[in-house]
Amino acid sequence: MDEINSLMQGFSVAMTLPNLGFMLVGLLLGILIGVLPGLGGANGVAILLPLTFSMNPTSAIIMLSCIYWGALFGGAITSILFNIPGEPWSVATTFDGYPLAQQGRAAEALTAAFTSSFVGALFAVLAITFLAPLLARFALKFGPAEFFAVQMLTFCSFIGMSKEPPMKTLAAMMLGFALAAVGMDSVTGQLRMTFGFPVLLKGFDFLIAVIGLFGIGEILLTMEEGLAFKGKSAKINFRIVWQTWKELIRHWRTFLRSVLIGCWMGITPGGATPASFMSYGMARRAAKDKDSFGKGNIEGVIAPEPAAHAAGTSALLPMLTLGIPGSPTAAVLLGGLLIWGLQPGPLLFVEQKDFVWGLIASMYLGNIVGLIVVLTTVPWWAAILRIPFAVIAPVIIFICAVGAYTVHSSIFDVIMMLVFGVFGYFFKKLRYPLAPLVLALVLGDMAESSFRQSMLLSQGEIGIFYSNWLVGGLMALSIFLLLVPMWAGLKSMLRRREAGAHLGR
Amino acid sequence: MKLTKIAFALGASLALFAASAAHAWEPTKPVEFVVPAGTGGGADQMARFLQGVIAKHKLMKQPMVVVNKSGGAGAEGFLEIKGAKGDAHKIVITLSNLFTTPLATAVPFNWRDMTPVSMLALDEFVLWVNAETPYKTAKDYLDAVKAGTDNKFKMAGTGSKQEDQLITVLVEKAAGKKITYIPFKGGGDVAVQLVGKHVDSSVNNPIEAEAHWRSGKLRALCVMDGKPMPYKTKVTATQAWGDLPTCKSSGIDVEYLMLRGIFMPPEVTSDQVAFYVDLFKKVRELPEWKEFMEKGAFNQTFMSGKEFADWVAKAEAQHVSLMKNAGFLAK
Repeated sequence: MDEINSLMQGFSVAMTLPNLGFMLVGLLLGILIGVLPGLGGANGVAILLPLTFSMNPTSAIIMLSCIYWGALFGGAITSILFNIPGEPWSVATTFDGYPLAQQGRAAEALTAAFTSSFVGALFAVLAITFLAPLLARFALKFGPAEFFAVQMLTFCSFIGMSKEPPMKTLAAMMLGFALAAVGMDSVTGQLRMTFGFPVLLKGFDFLIAVIGLFGIGEILLTMEEGLAFKGKSAKINFRIVWQTWKELIRHWRTFLRSVLIGCWMGITPGGATPASFMSYGMARRAAKDKDSFGKGNIEGVIAPEPAAHAAGTSALLPMLTLGIPGSPTAAVLLGGLLIWGLQPGPLLFVEQKDFVWGLIASMYLGNIVGLIVVLTTVPWWAAILRIPFAVIAPVIIFICAVGAYTVHSSIFDVIMMLVFGVFGYFFKKLRYPLAPLVLALVLGDMAESSFRQSMLLSQGEIGIFYSNWLVGGLMALSIFLLLVPMWAGLKSMLRRREAGAHLGR
Repeated sequence: MKLTKIAFALGASLALFAASAAHAWEPTKPVEFVVPAGTGGGADQMARFLQGVIAKHKLMKQPMVVVNKSGGAGAEGFLEIKGAKGDAHKIVITLSNLFTTPLATAVPFNWRDMTPVSMLALDEFVLWVNAETPYKTAKDYLDAVKAGTDNKFKMAGTGSKQEDQLITVLVEKAAGKKITYIPFKGGGDVAVQLVGKHVDSSVNNPIEAEAHWRSGKLRALCVMDGKPMPYKTKVTATQAWGDLPTCKSSGIDVEYLMLRGIFMPPEVTSDQVAFYVDLFKKVRELPEWKEFMEKGAFNQTFMSGKEFADWVAKAEAQHVSLMKNAGFLAK
């Protein structure tokens, strides 16, 4: 009951006219930031942080967190329309979102993405409102071994996803791991595979690779295939929102699963990107028509989006209660809290009631307003595909280049983006899957350091991975997920052999 | 001692004179403020704080833009400053990686490749344990480490072969036993690992662990400075930062402070340096800065000019010997 009272008080803080204004400004900026690949929520918030210095902390965090919500929404737009993930957690959305757009169903995919994002966020905020202290205590149980178990779970739930031959999948994944290993080794403090080139010091950023592999690669392919977007028949139709909603209700199971994965990954803090991959993998496993995934199955959009948004939202909880950021953007917001003179931690909920509950109330309002804003713009976004390719392609390449540059303000990254673009083109031509590479690149680093930290902790004893129910349960679940497709494959192989034997007789 | 004071006074008055008499130079385009570390860390927070107060009080006509260049444990950022010869529109804030990174990785840069501007403050290090452990004082902790076997105690810290691990090596030396050091990405992660009892101790900076201290989850044992901190306001129910004894007085002979200083690219003119020295002097007078310092329990030493360069040279020598003794030098 206390929570409800506090929340009502929070709404009275967030509902003032200036705060609603800041909310709208933040959302619009956020959507723009999400649309521009590379700029990203973290960079966007960091750039605007000093501007908020003279504002009161509650208004400031409302505006900045709304930028974050906006970026979470906006990331889906370019993923679906141009196969360019604006944010790392939108990569999984491209798998089915882009094929949908190519089939002229861009508006449908966008509506599904926005709505499912909203549902994810809503559940995460509800969890924050009522379970904050409990969840915060749970997050403390996560040491290096537990983190590794979660990362292992992500890999295992994703394996068997690709329709390409296993060897090609493996090759792509290994290339991803190799790229992730370039740069500083965080455990020994040594440089790896930089070969004395200063530009390689920072390693290969996931975002640069993704912009190149997906965005530029796709443009090269389109150029070869006839200089036109396939989805240009998309009509401007406002009723599409209602029609899609009717269909979405049927997928409530996917929603529920993704929301749970998302909240869990945000709190632990595994992050939005692994959450989106994991949900996509899980949805595909659970589906009856597995083969339609990757070819424009609406469930492939519904699965990753709520997970990403739920994880992104619940990432703020460990930041507020423990002072550990669950995502890069949360890390910047954390810096903001300190600058405004607020100390995040267990006492924030007691000492700064107005601030915390104002923020939580603004999460509800911000996401509702955000949903309305993005849904009303769906037809216009979809209509972008009607612009002739010759006009829009240079614009996309330009935006990609600007995006790649903003990640680290480095011109070398722009060159790398182009190199990755050519890579992406050949990968697609040779039918190598890109998803395992991207997954390995984003998770390889994290999984490696968690594993080595665990090994340091246990002095090399592998037993640390089944030393308590939490880590043991996670590991068992991962191994189970790994074995299921192998078992299924084995069974179908045996059956085929049996059938062959019968025929032979 | 007296001589340095006189030199400092002379230097300061000269700098003031130069600033008031000439105002010969000021930025003509936005100033890039390079942070050789990731977003959200201590250096990044300070840089963004400076950017904010400078804009708020209009201390500079041109805007300041914070850019994170954290690649290769900060080498990326320092190499950029080293390479930007004569560019007075770039400044960099330092951490201890100014010394440790080139020593550990052999990436070619040194503070002498840049122009020292001023010291902003020094960051303190505190020895922390979980509040549920029986160690009430630094001596209790030290005795327990001594009594245990090698690698029984686990210390979490930020980065590898950087300041936290150097301090761990010094604590090992005081105890005569090996301590397992586990590197994490950031100070916030480290503090939480300690609250969750995944490790036995940490050497977090005050600001990284303050909230957990205040809520009674962590216990502060001692500070690694020559004398106790000057802050008397109670942080927990019973203790202020100033109540912490020095580690030295408890038998852990460790004194370590981390430089938060400003450097410019090489070959800039003295007018250009003077502008930034003057700018940061003005910042130090602001009430916001004082509040920020108290919040993070910083050591508020300020230096510029030759005094600062001498301090940096001494700190460098200290790091060379620390890194050498720890066996962290790149081969």
